Amino acid sequence: MSSNDSFTIAGKTYQSRLLVGTGKYKDMVETRKAVEASGAEIVTVAIRRTNLGQNPGEANLLDTLPADKYTYLPNTAGCYTADDAVRTCRLARELLDGHNLVKLEVLGDEKTLFPDVDQTYVAAEILIKDGFDVMVYTNDDPIAAKRLEDMGCVAVMPLAAPIGSGLGIRNPFNIRTIIENANVPILVDAGVGTASDAAIAMELGCDGILMNTAIAGANNPVLMASAMRKATEAGREAFLAGRIPRKQYASASSPIDGLFF
Amino acid sequence: MNIIVNGENHTVPDNCSARFLVEILGMQNDKIAMEVNRDIVPRSQYDDFTFSENDQIEIVRAIGGGQR
Repeated sequence: MSSNDSFTIAGKTYQSRLLVGTGKYKDMVETRKAVEASGAEIVTVAIRRTNLGQNPGEANLLDTLPADKYTYLPNTAGCYTADDAVRTCRLARELLDGHNLVKLEVLGDEKTLFPDVDQTYVAAEILIKDGFDVMVYTNDDPIAAKRLEDMGCVAVMPLAAPIGSGLGIRNPFNIRTIIENANVPILVDAGVGTASDAAIAMELGCDGILMNTAIAGANNPVLMASAMRKATEAGREAFLAGRIPRKQYASASSPIDGLFF
Repeated sequence: MNIIVNGENHTVPDNCSARFLVEILGMQNDKIAMEVNRDIVPRSQYDDFTFSENDQIEIVRAIGGGQR
């Protein structure tokens, strides 16, 4: 891969187009090994209540994945209202010493974990005014994606399929339309199941892809992280290379001229 | 006086500071953030910030998380 195929989010340049979540791993050792195997430079973290009186000596995520090596992306997973999401982001900024980059997601219901796009708009507006760099999770809806970009989100992250579903890219045509319309990075977020799904997302022209469950939930998360890294790179290279058009019938690759029979 | 920390009642001395609470909870070396009645209390103000009766306090940390 050419070393200058980087992409930029909120003024910072990244080589890896695979972003990973840090949830659902067995322990911190597995978390670290999987994140390393993925090659990710941006890792999502969740903000949760401390366990009062239960945490002395417990391995800490921020020590496992040090800030000098990774860009943290605090997310608002688990938030169902704009208010909860804004509070979470403000706590994250305090926790991470003024860090402004956040991943906004406001969920609509527990069964689908689809985004509540109305509440997402409300939260995005407040957060952007408050100086946050907002990467926003949204539906695979080109109108919503454009509106979030126009509001000032630094990246728009349409879902491939419901969070944790592993269904892959359910709506490739919408994703492609979102990409064609966009002037900010578009990253597919959620729903990827296996390596080919990541490759398909990148072949569509996404700037990157964010996943958690597909890696952490695999039988061998570290090996799957490696597979996702390769698939993301392969998909990106295929996109840049430009695939051949699909045709119904064959087209020989050996010349007809010079046949001797 | 009573304060509510992460949803649980705690009895602390009157004029308890944010710093004192963090110390009695054994979190002085932890990377945390604090919210009191929905407003952030910056770490730089822990010495000076004192709680009032029935304050609602949230103390959070970063943990592994993806999309929930």
